[in-house]
Amino acid sequence: MDAQGPLSDEGLVQLLTHTGERVEHDTYSAYAADLTADDLRAFWRDMTLVRAFDDEATSLQRQGELGLWVQSWGQEAAQIGSGHVLRGDDFAFPSYREHGVAFTRDVDLPSILKIFRGLEHGAWVPSEHNFHLYTLVIGAHTLHATGYAMGLDRDGLTGTGDPDRDSAVICYFGDGATSQGDVAEALTFASVNNAPVVFFCQNNQFAISESTTRQSKVALADRGKGVGIPSVRVDGNDVIASYAVTQWAMQHARSGQGPVFVEAFTYRMGAHTTSDDPTRYRSKADEEYWAERDPISRLRTHLEAIGELSEEYQAEVAAAAKALAARTREAVRSWVRPPVLDMFDHVYAEPHATVEAERAWFERYDNSFTEAGAH
Amino acid sequence: MTDTSPSTMTMASAINAGLRAAMERDPKVLLMGEDIGALGGVFRVTDGLHKDFGESRVMDTPLAESGIVGTAIGLAMRDYRSVIEIQFDGFIFPAYDQITTQLAKMHYRSRGNITLPIVIRVPFAGGIGAVEHHSESPEALFAHTAGLRIVSPASPQDAYDMIQQAIACPDPVLFMEPKARYWDKGEVDTSLVLDKLSDADATAALGRARVARTGEDVTLVAYGPTMRIALQAADVAASEGTSVEVIDLRSLSPLDSATVIRSAKKTGRAVVVHEAPTAYGAGAELSARITEEAFFHMEAPVLRVGGFHTPYPASKFEHDYLPSLDRVLDAIDRVMTH
Ligand SMILES: Cc1ncc(C[n+]2csc(CCOP(=O)(O)OP(=O)(O)O)c2C)c(N)n1
Repeated sequence: MDAQGPLSDEGLVQLLTHTGERVEHDTYSAYAADLTADDLRAFWRDMTLVRAFDDEATSLQRQGELGLWVQSWGQEAAQIGSGHVLRGDDFAFPSYREHGVAFTRDVDLPSILKIFRGLEHGAWVPSEHNFHLYTLVIGAHTLHATGYAMGLDRDGLTGTGDPDRDSAVICYFGDGATSQGDVAEALTFASVNNAPVVFFCQNNQFAISESTTRQSKVALADRGKGVGIPSVRVDGNDVIASYAVTQWAMQHARSGQGPVFVEAFTYRMGAHTTSDDPTRYRSKADEEYWAERDPISRLRTHLEAIGELSEEYQAEVAAAAKALAARTREAVRSWVRPPVLDMFDHVYAEPHATVEAERAWFERYDNSFTEAGAH
Repeated sequence: MTDTSPSTMTMASAINAGLRAAMERDPKVLLMGEDIGALGGVFRVTDGLHKDFGESRVMDTPLAESGIVGTAIGLAMRDYRSVIEIQFDGFIFPAYDQITTQLAKMHYRSRGNITLPIVIRVPFAGGIGAVEHHSESPEALFAHTAGLRIVSPASPQDAYDMIQQAIACPDPVLFMEPKARYWDKGEVDTSLVLDKLSDADATAALGRARVARTGEDVTLVAYGPTMRIALQAADVAASEGTSVEVIDLRSLSPLDSATVIRSAKKTGRAVVVHEAPTAYGAGAELSARITEEAFFHMEAPVLRVGGFHTPYPASKFEHDYLPSLDRVLDAIDRVMTH
């Protein structure tokens, strides 16, 4: 790639080349040193399962079972690598493409599709997973993540002196999001409050049709530097480097040293969503170039080269992927819409006269059809 | 010479044609927005304009609505007329501050010395089975703000005419496009607008309601996204012996009360239908004005049919949330039997 500015590969931390060879990095190799062959296999399995789920959701959308689907295709390494660093007490704030991170937070993947089938706005309980709801308003949640981190800090849960007890926050957002005022404000608040939050920006090179070059003249990681936040660029298609850099960043935040900005440089292999048509704004050649840098096959090549990916294990993962796809399909088809009056629930925590009156009116109105035999 | 004979167009292509005509007429007209260039906008409303007018006039902006509106204000101070596309209704709010504290008030606080002829196009309202924040009707929030004009076309012809009138207007205009109607077709006469624009009354025309169908028994007021259902309701009611006069408001600010009041005085009954929540909505305003100005002509209270005081629900509920044909007919029945 002869790209410059925010699409250059300058300074990207890499521990696994795109042809699957391990390479060393002065600073970050140490943060991947604890990874065993079992861990790497688990990364490969998780990425494979998430992609199988992603593919299944795409076909369910094509068949009219979902209104929309947002693929994570191509971004599995950034998500699984960083997600595996998180511990139970850490808290993650996703945008809407973080199905891989959701998986590492034990969110049942099919349940995500309730959102895309139009059944719910949020399909899991954030506190059960320490994983916030998806946020569709670009960048809004970066402030929530910062505030949550400020809360952790106030509660004495960072920099305790015992690294096992410390916790921190990670916040996921895209390259386009870096242009939002909310994101600039989040960086400022995090910086001046020394908040324990890792800003994890997946630069997948597109905000729908707009290249990252529409958002920035310089590397996105420089946004952090501008407000005094240590910033790192990592090869986001390298699951090992994504893990290592996030490990460093989370340790930094947990230990009370303040926020970190991680830019994971990757590529959105699919369309923005199933409503999008990327042929209008990018070339086949570009897609092919990045297909060769696929994060999953890269790790697979590596594991095979070091003799750590048996045929048996591969068959096991293939079967699990198939089962997940089947379970996803069954789940989606089995869901029925909750009763209509549910739409009046949870507008407020305590009763509100307007809502109660409208609910009562609607109930009478709806029943009038049943009584009149009109339905 | 462009061909101006009437042709069949969708509302999306009518807006596109209106934008093109305005851009050809005035080199100071610029388009700003997210994905409006090569992609042509997520609804393809700006399709082809980037190719024909180039990047300097059709700008794919950074992903920042406040930035788009704020810089359009500065550009307007250099006499550029920006037409902004907000990608979806629910994403206008990062720009809410610029729109309400700056855009709306600049003319007033500069004692008329600064005019900001900016158009903010907003694909709005629901019914397309979308995820959160993609189906909202926030018009009342803006109609409550002095200094903004708020309009909504309901047909391709109006879309074509009104977008050009909005661009010609020296005041900021929120141009609310009923996205569920983008693909509806209609005849568009592309010659009409040229006369209207040379007329000093272009802005006045933009603010006028239209009697879409005359009737004697009930006045049914709608705009933009609910016009289709209003006309359907009038058809059904007619088959049941009730004559409904349908008014297409076209503009919420200003509100053409004269047209509504005249009709209400004639029929003595009025129903207002919009997708926005009824609480504090356009229907509440109309109901108050009818009560104030036509009280002694009314046979029944003014009824509102609209969304509820809840966030826009998940899309499997939207069919029940939105005003349906049945709900409009129910309201007509209730005012008739009052
Ligand atoms: C405030 C706001 N404006 C516009 C949109 C419409 N929109 C949805 S996704 C998107 C692009 C986001 O790009 P990026 O932040 O790079 O994340 P990606 O989708 O590539 O993961 C846009 C413009 C939105 N959701 N929120």
